[in-house]
Order: sequence, then C-alpha cells, then structure tokens
Amino acid sequence: MTIDPTTLTAILAMALITYLTRIAGIFLVGRLALSGRAKAAFDAIPPAVLVAVIAPTALATGWPETLAALVTAVAATRLPLLATIAVGVASVVLLRMVAG
Amino acid sequence: MNKPFAPSAPVDTARERAAGIRDIMPVMIAAAPIGLLFGALCAGKGLSPAEAGLMSVLVFAGGAQFAALELWTWPVPIATLAFSTLLINARHILMGASLAPKMRGFSLGQKLAGFYFLTDESWALAERRAKDRALTPAYWFAVAALLPFSWVSSTIAGAILGSFLGDPARIGADFAFTALFIGLIAGFWNGRVSAAAIGASAVASAATYFAFGPPWHVAAGALTGIAAAYVAAPVGEDAPEAA
Repeated sequence: MTIDPTTLTAILAMALITYLTRIAGIFLVGRLALSGRAKAAFDAIPPAVLVAVIAPTALATGWPETLAALVTAVAATRLPLLATIAVGVASVVLLRMVAG
Repeated sequence: MNKPFAPSAPVDTARERAAGIRDIMPVMIAAAPIGLLFGALCAGKGLSPAEAGLMSVLVFAGGAQFAALELWTWPVPIATLAFSTLLINARHILMGASLAPKMRGFSLGQKLAGFYFLTDESWALAERRAKDRALTPAYWFAVAALLPFSWVSSTIAGAILGSFLGDPARIGADFAFTALFIGLIAGFWNGRVSAAAIGASAVASAATYFAFGPPWHVAAGALTGIAAAYVAAPVGEDAPEAA
C-alpha cells in the first residue's frame, strides 16, 4: 500500500481541476448561455477528447486492433456498456490469434 | 414516514432520501464492474491499490480517470494528465450551471459540498426530478453521494485482484480501455455534428501520434474535433442537446 509522491501530485492536480469544473457552474448561472455553434462545440468536447485518447490504439497499432474497434463500435450502438467491452476484448483476442 | 417532531416541515426528508436511493441503485450496480476494470487496469499500469483508490475518491470522474490511465507513463506526465482531465470534465461547468438554479433550498455550503459528487448520472437523474418538483438536499445527497461507495470499493478490489492477473495483453484486457471508450463515445452520439467531431478527432489524433508521438495527439485530436463540430453545426439555431 504505497503512494508515490509524483503519483499523488498527479492525482491531486486531477482532483483539484475536476472539483473546479464541478463548482464553476454555481458561479456562472445566468452568465453562460451558449447556443448554436458554440453550444455544439462545447457538447462535442467529451467525445472529441475520448476519441483523441484512443485513436492511436484503434488506428495506428495494427489491423486486428482497427478491425476490433470497428466491431466494438457496431456493438456499442445496440449493447449496454459492459457487453460492448466484452465484445471488444473478445474480438481483439480472436483477431490477434488470426494475425499470429 | 413523517417525523412527529417536525409536522410542519414542507418536505418529507425520509421520502426524498428514499427516492434518491431508489434512483441511484441501478447506477451503483452498473458502476461496480467498471470500477473493477478500472482498478485492474491501474494495477497493470503499476499503480498500487492505495493509489487507485485515492484517485477514485478524490477525482471521482470515470471518463477522466480512464483517460488518465491510458496516458499514464513513468515518469508521470502531470501536465498532460491535468490537461486531459480539464478537457474531459469541462462539461461539468455547463451541467452545474444548468442544475444550480434548480437548487433553491440549498445553502451555498450545501451546493459546494454537493457538487463534489456531480457525475453525468446524478446530474441526469436530478435534472429529470427537477422537471416536476423541487430539488431537495436530501434527494441530491442520496442520488449523488452514494455512488462513490460503489466506485471506490470496486476500484480497490479491482486493483488488488488485477495485480494477480499478470500481463493484461494476454487476455485482451489492454483493449478494454479502447472498447470502454467506444461505448462511452456512443453515449454522446447526436447525429451529424458528433460524427464530424469524432471523425476529425480520430484522424487528427492518429496523424499527430505518428508525426510527433504522445502526448500531443490528445490536444490535437480534441481541438480538431471541437472545431469540426463548430463548423458542422447549423448557424444561428440551437444545436440538438447531447443525450
């Protein structure tokens, strides 16, 4: 049960930033009325960030990973989250076996 | 249910609390396996159960935590992790601004403490409840502040179990991140605008990763995706709400 000082610093930085985003809305009520394109851009932040994080694994690792990502995306449109993960993991194992 | 010593209380606190517990219970059950996965992946990255649990207590934001883990290297890139956290959690600002005016019976202290537990799920449940009745502190603290118990305990359990699993790639567990993120991304789907954001972010991120390596692919992909959403959205009218 060790806690590395650098890891602790990273966790504290993440925690502080997250808490500030959570309470910022209290002080912005009435001053933050995004609409139209600005609202669309703001709404797009979470998916854009999530895609950016996984794109190297999904697109720049090898064809098994890319194909498994496509299979997972199809699964995500009709299955709950945990089933989607199961499909993704199973397909990457199978495709890596095929790839040798 | 009414407390005999408070007959004139306008709000039935016990009933509000029970409603909050009832609403959040399915979410707590669904969060447990995700927490186990998060803990196991923490162990795969070399984090101790104490560190994994501490992150789930203090950050308590699944998307940002999984993203941080994917970006985690040694030495720890603190600035990259902080920036990624800011980008992913920036949506809290709008969520809070939308919910705060509906918390009329809350003191500022209750809002500041209560919003520590703000998550996509508790926010969505509270917004739904606020449509036809007043939002009470009893309801909010039940619906929001119970979820950490499930998230943190499953994180620690996953981190302890994960250290016995060995190499995550052997069982495809290294791909669990990617699959999880694809599932989360699907939850933000709202048609053409999100398609533009996702496609642009994917291409820009992969290209930047090829050309410059980590961590620049995150910022490049995110900013390109956000710009694409701005361009793809209709001018002058309200964009469709994200689900």
